[in-house]
Amino acid sequence: MANVTYDKASRIYPGATKPAVDTLDLAIADGEFLVLVGPSGCGKSTALRMLAGLEDVNTGRILIGDRDVTQVPPKDRDIAMVFQSYALYPHMTVAENMGFALKIAGMPKNEIRERVMDAAKILDLTQYLERKPKALSGGQRQRVAMGRAIVRKPQVFLMDEPLSNLDAKLRVQTRTQIASLQRRLGVTTVYVTHDQIEAMTMGDRVAVLRDGVLQQVGTPRELYDRPDNVFVAGFIGSPAMNLLSLPVADGGVKFGDMVQPVDRGTVAGAGEKVVVGVRPEDLELSEHGIVTTVEVVEELGADAYVYSSMKSGDEELQVIARVDGRKPPEKGATVHFRPKEGHVHLFHVDSGERLEA
Amino acid sequence: MPLQITTAAPEPALLDLPWSQPLAEWPADRLAALPRGLSRHVVRFVRMSPHVLALKEIEESLARREYRLLRLLRRLGLPVVEPVGVVTGRTAGLGQPPLDPVLVTRHLQFSLPYRALFSRSLRTDTATRLVDALAVLLVRLHLAGFFWGDVSLSNTLFRRDAGAFSAYLVDAETGDLHDTLSDGQRDHDLDVAQTNIAGELMDLAAGGLLDETLDPIDLSEVIVSRYRSLWAELTGPESFEPGERWRVAARIRRLNDLGFDVGELTISTDIEGTTIQIEPKVVDAAHHSRRLLRLTGLDAGENQARRLLNDLDEYRAERGLQGEDEAIVAHAWVSGCFEPVIRAVPRELRAKLEPAEIYHEVLEHRWYLSEQRGRDVGLGEAVADYVRGVLVHKPDEASVVGVDTEEMPVIAEGIVEG
Repeated sequence: MANVTYDKASRIYPGATKPAVDTLDLAIADGEFLVLVGPSGCGKSTALRMLAGLEDVNTGRILIGDRDVTQVPPKDRDIAMVFQSYALYPHMTVAENMGFALKIAGMPKNEIRERVMDAAKILDLTQYLERKPKALSGGQRQRVAMGRAIVRKPQVFLMDEPLSNLDAKLRVQTRTQIASLQRRLGVTTVYVTHDQIEAMTMGDRVAVLRDGVLQQVGTPRELYDRPDNVFVAGFIGSPAMNLLSLPVADGGVKFGDMVQPVDRGTVAGAGEKVVVGVRPEDLELSEHGIVTTVEVVEELGADAYVYSSMKSGDEELQVIARVDGRKPPEKGATVHFRPKEGHVHLFHVDSGERLEA
Repeated sequence: MPLQITTAAPEPALLDLPWSQPLAEWPADRLAALPRGLSRHVVRFVRMSPHVLALKEIEESLARREYRLLRLLRRLGLPVVEPVGVVTGRTAGLGQPPLDPVLVTRHLQFSLPYRALFSRSLRTDTATRLVDALAVLLVRLHLAGFFWGDVSLSNTLFRRDAGAFSAYLVDAETGDLHDTLSDGQRDHDLDVAQTNIAGELMDLAAGGLLDETLDPIDLSEVIVSRYRSLWAELTGPESFEPGERWRVAARIRRLNDLGFDVGELTISTDIEGTTIQIEPKVVDAAHHSRRLLRLTGLDAGENQARRLLNDLDEYRAERGLQGEDEAIVAHAWVSGCFEPVIRAVPRELRAKLEPAEIYHEVLEHRWYLSEQRGRDVGLGEAVADYVRGVLVHKPDEASVVGVDTEEMPVIAEGIVEG
């Protein structure tokens, strides 16, 4: 078990103009479950591979514990890539399936046995150890695969979109299993996904990347409640946060036919317009506010999501709001929304950075 | 959503397949044989004359990615299965949840999954030759910048190649193509290869299918040693004194013998000019295959090609044709030696082995008969005896798909695979 440090680590592919990972500074605590998330091409898999030793590090360092592993080959880093290739061998028992790689490493039989027993206990597979994989359900087979990584007792687990080739139902089951397993084992885990919901439900902390640059790292709650920039604000949360470019007015921001009061210091020097971010659940129907025309109402029982459009200058912006499901507005209706007090995020219209007092 | 087939080789008969059913439920009468390889996904084989197609049910982005990758690898001339296309837009019907797309590849004729080779009693050095072939494949893939990610016997098909084997990549799901691979990437692939091979052989042993004299762990180490020595031979720098310049030609010849051509070689000296260093920079495989193709138009595996070229050389020497144009002699050899042997195989026995392999075996058989009869046996006599006594007993290998192993797709709770 160990902490992991990316110390201004960069990866630039030969001939490329921009780095795939740009001076990444990330400190992962011992035992932490850290998720790297971002859209396709953001550098999350590259960053993971740098940690694994499968990608050269052009500048900066990678440390596992206090050890600089930047030049160390993958098999000497004491890491385990989970789910990379997890074949289940039909003629071998579950115990043999879990432990055979240790045999190759020349580990004594009794030590292998001990490790397999320990892993089986954590995975609830003890009663299946002498069975063949054929007798196991899909979820149990997944756990045998995890067992193969666990018995190696690595300092760090690395997982790169491990659920991507599973069917939807198994994906959700396995997600929970992985998270609870990691809590029990307490092994530092770095997990890559493009799915922000997955990131938010699994991670102790989540690191959002975009175009090779770290946007923000924090607990799911921190990212949700206090995104550092427009990208994180729009990426985290589903349905996405409404991000509206609105004019600054005296005492606040012009929100349709009302002025949303904002601390003067916050918008001082930010220009004539700012980006106002409000999550769908923080918009409420009211007499005043932004004027919108309802286009689609998604009724989900207790809640309903209203998708409406709002005119802003020449543009038409889409607004998503969550309302009480019992009496949602009608399609085609004109309604006003205003933000709930204290749930307004403000960002600079050019840099996208969060504005604070 | 309408069914959509993305393919570069339109095969109209594909439309007739029961796409609205989950692959695992396709009726047996549509299938070539129930396929069994160690697979995470559902895989089925379907006969689409004259080919056999392999179908893999897999998530859409992965299917498309693998299809593109296989096409790219083939364009690079690497020994991989031929991708046919991706079938998307599958549903069981209105209101039903969508079915995963299917990646379609063409089953390699005369190729064998490793388990097929182990299911009959064979010479014990077969296992080593299989691992050897896989090592060569891995070197070739790495030279091209392809990181495999899941190197294993199960992800490979083998073709007989003059008594040895040549290996073909079947599954590129975990693969990635780069300009060049780092040492870390190559080491990782090799590590995975060793682990997977050990596991696969241990599994055969546990199933009583592995000869007792073979040790899975020892065999798994063969891939590491063979890969490393081949890699060193192909890419390692070599230093020598001036006056030993013959070493350059010797190095190139060694590479040719291994089946590789040197595309580019850097030669440098140290500052004082006291030592010379050579380092192959670009190497292309299939040296003999290409030469055979160029001279005779025959398409054969590397070892087969070497064998046939040797026979061609002997033919030239025996008839004193050394001074003649290479291509003319080659043509005479094809019509005078090669074709008569292949024609002598009755049509009903042609599915047993590839022509080049048959010719190789006839040459072997001729040598054996000559020994036995204490005189030089001619090709005609050899092939007649071979067809009667040897070929007729061999199994058909044109399309071997079903062998006894297990399919264990990893799917959601509640469904236990039988």
